[in-house]
Amino acid sequence: MRLVVNGEPQEVSAATLAEALQSLDLAEAKVATALNGEFVPARARASTLVKDGDRIEILAPRQGG
Amino acid sequence: MTSNSDFTLYGLSFRSRLMLGTSQYPSPAILAEAARASGAEILTVSLRRESARLKEGQDFWRLIRDIGARILPNTAGCYSVKEAVTTAQMAREVFGTPWVKLEVIGEADTLQPDPFGLVEAARILSADGFQVFPYTTEDLVVAERLIEAGCQVLMPWGAPIGSGKGLNNVFGLRTLRAHFPEIPLIVDAGLGLPSHAAAAMELGYDGVLLNTAVAKAGDPVEMGRAFGQAIEAGRAAFLAGPMESRDMAAPSTPVVGRAVLS
Repeated sequence: MRLVVNGEPQEVSAATLAEALQSLDLAEAKVATALNGEFVPARARASTLVKDGDRIEILAPRQGG
Repeated sequence: MTSNSDFTLYGLSFRSRLMLGTSQYPSPAILAEAARASGAEILTVSLRRESARLKEGQDFWRLIRDIGARILPNTAGCYSVKEAVTTAQMAREVFGTPWVKLEVIGEADTLQPDPFGLVEAARILSADGFQVFPYTTEDLVVAERLIEAGCQVLMPWGAPIGSGKGLNNVFGLRTLRAHFPEIPLIVDAGLGLPSHAAAAMELGYDGVLLNTAVAKAGDPVEMGRAFGQAIEAGRAAFLAGPMESRDMAAPSTPVVGRAVLS
């Protein structure tokens, strides 16, 4: 299915947010996730379903002032 | 504000009164060395999109973890309450801290805080257990509202972020200090020189947060050290009680006993 991952449309084979992270090779990474603008805690990723056209944000630590 | 050892933020005490940003350094190694040279015990960080291919955030996280400072995540770049609150929630999970440097920006050229959104976001986050460090202006009424919203620290700007201008409104900052003698006040943003930081400390500010002035210096490590020293000097000067300034000269050498040689 087609998900918008960090602003880029992408083909991802996944039923849940956890599976989407798995298929993007970010399952083990230190990241936080949001689905369609709403924060999804790590513990809820496995039970959070994704559907065609969903927007996923995957954020990681970065330099900041 | 009576000794040099009581810099306490949400119940945690620190020796260094410098909070340092981690952005725009020439290299990760220089960032780490500048942070150590400055003596900063608190570093600000952000959250940005992670690329599955580059995984830049993972490398950055290892670097920051190894420096060993306390982390203050920011909500930089957020223009709405919703964005700022969601970013704070994501940061709390990633960094494992209730601390958040809350930025709700209202205007793109000055990166001026949106005081209305800031107060609203501070209220939502404080109610949710966050310990909020609001990036604000020196406005007294906004400061009052932020404290009502649950903030136990205020971070007024010195000048627009990254401008290096120093303290744009000394009168306003002094008034804020006088009005809130018990609230930790930190000048955040706009400083360019160690003398600006010393001036903030001489006004009785509890600490200073800066980034660009160190990161964009010719030698960030030495500039980090210089800021650390200036902040200590400014704090010591404040505690020592500066003299009153006057408009006319007053001889410092005794007038009595002066030889008559003409």
